[in-house]
Amino acid sequence: MDADRPLLRARGVTRYYGSRVGCRDVGLDLWPGEVLGVVGESGSGKTTLLGCLSGRLEPSAGTVEFTQRDGTVVDVLRIPEPALRKLARTDWGIVHQNPRDGLRLGVSAGANVGERLMALGARHYGRIREAAFDWLGRVEIDGERIDDWPETFSSGMQQRLQIARTLVTEPRLVFMDEPTGGLDVSVQARLLDLLRRLVTDLGLSAVIVTHDLAVTRLLAHRLLVMRGGEVVESGLTDQVLDDPQHPYTQLLVSSVLQP
Amino acid sequence: MNDDPAVLVVEALHKTFTLHTQGGIQLPVLRGVDLTVYPGECVALTDPSGSGKSTLLRSVYANYRPQRGRILVAHDGARIDMVDAGPRELLAVRRRTIGYVSQFLRVIPRVPTLEVVVEPLRAFGVARDAALERGRALLARLRIPERLWSLSPVTFSGGEQQRVNLARGFVADFPILLLDEPTASLDVASRAIVVDLIRDALARRTAIVGAFHDAEVREAVATRTVSLHGTGVAA
Repeated sequence: MDADRPLLRARGVTRYYGSRVGCRDVGLDLWPGEVLGVVGESGSGKTTLLGCLSGRLEPSAGTVEFTQRDGTVVDVLRIPEPALRKLARTDWGIVHQNPRDGLRLGVSAGANVGERLMALGARHYGRIREAAFDWLGRVEIDGERIDDWPETFSSGMQQRLQIARTLVTEPRLVFMDEPTGGLDVSVQARLLDLLRRLVTDLGLSAVIVTHDLAVTRLLAHRLLVMRGGEVVESGLTDQVLDDPQHPYTQLLVSSVLQP
Repeated sequence: MNDDPAVLVVEALHKTFTLHTQGGIQLPVLRGVDLTVYPGECVALTDPSGSGKSTLLRSVYANYRPQRGRILVAHDGARIDMVDAGPRELLAVRRRTIGYVSQFLRVIPRVPTLEVVVEPLRAFGVARDAALERGRALLARLRIPERLWSLSPVTFSGGEQQRVNLARGFVADFPILLLDEPTASLDVASRAIVVDLIRDALARRTAIVGAFHDAEVREAVATRTVSLHGTGVAA
């Protein structure tokens, strides 16, 4: 693949809800192996932006280009629905804030992981189960739980299961919406470390939406700060956190409690 | 004294902090700082604390974003201006050219000490086994007991954390090394080890810029001292 082409390139992405602004004129480049954090408070437009980038939400204006494995570039917002679904199954992964949105609760943990492989054409039961077992281990879920239903898991385990289900197909780009939201702090630390290792080991690119600046410090190479639907500041993560320029970013950074 | 071209040239650097959450107070810290550093020299910044030494070092690392001036760094045969380079270039410079050791270790929960130390080498592209070997040697040299290597440094003492930080900073043989009070919380024996590490780096032609609070360490390693006051810093 052309190393000088971003994996994902967005320009002028704008989304209105009626007359209300969801996000306005957002541009970004995401490079292979890069993790981009999108931060801001509730209502800042970060989840809307994530929806537009991942083709799940139709913007009112703008373009989102994705470079496929073979080097061809597709316009995410204008490709036919089946092609978009194929992209979402193969090259992309989505980790929802609530694991229940990303998991199938009526089937076992192993089936949750194996299902995504089967959707890509895997048919050999033994190998699918082996892959599921392997991935449960990688997200630190005891393999003995492979036949248990996600319902019986703690919320932290459910989130790890969702991550296994998402990453088993080796996507190149992962969208994460508040992946550590709603988890206990000790569980968060474990999940963060896990995500960090997986991102490094697999060379993943990721867009992570979060309101938690500490999460971005650990995971993201770069940050976009959003307010009122617009990007007010961007830069390397440590630049934005250690030398914030915009009044809103300064307020965000100075409002974090230092334990 | 030095035939090689400069690896770091700071020109007319200005950095002012505007504190929007405190009524928009302006704090001018650097006002037209100039500094040129050659391979194999250790420039010690000698001003009292609060006069901008850390700000200059952080600006060179592109952790802080100066308003005006240039910071030219020799990187992969080209010159990169850290003041206006894009994020990918900055990350590449940090991966291969500039190392930075601060007083504080930013601890990542659950990551073992040895992994923390070798991370810059791994990012550099060094094979895992070679990186680990080098990391172990440095940790041993800095007298971190082997039983601690597999633990996260979260619970280590201040001195131990700083030594882990130093191991991380010296592991990758960066051509340029920025040291911000690298010996602040170390005992005498550890300070002597750091002095040796710095001298070894200078022998490899590393260019070093540092703030050394400790006069003994400073005199032991500095090949030249510079006062920011002399070059333009806010009074």
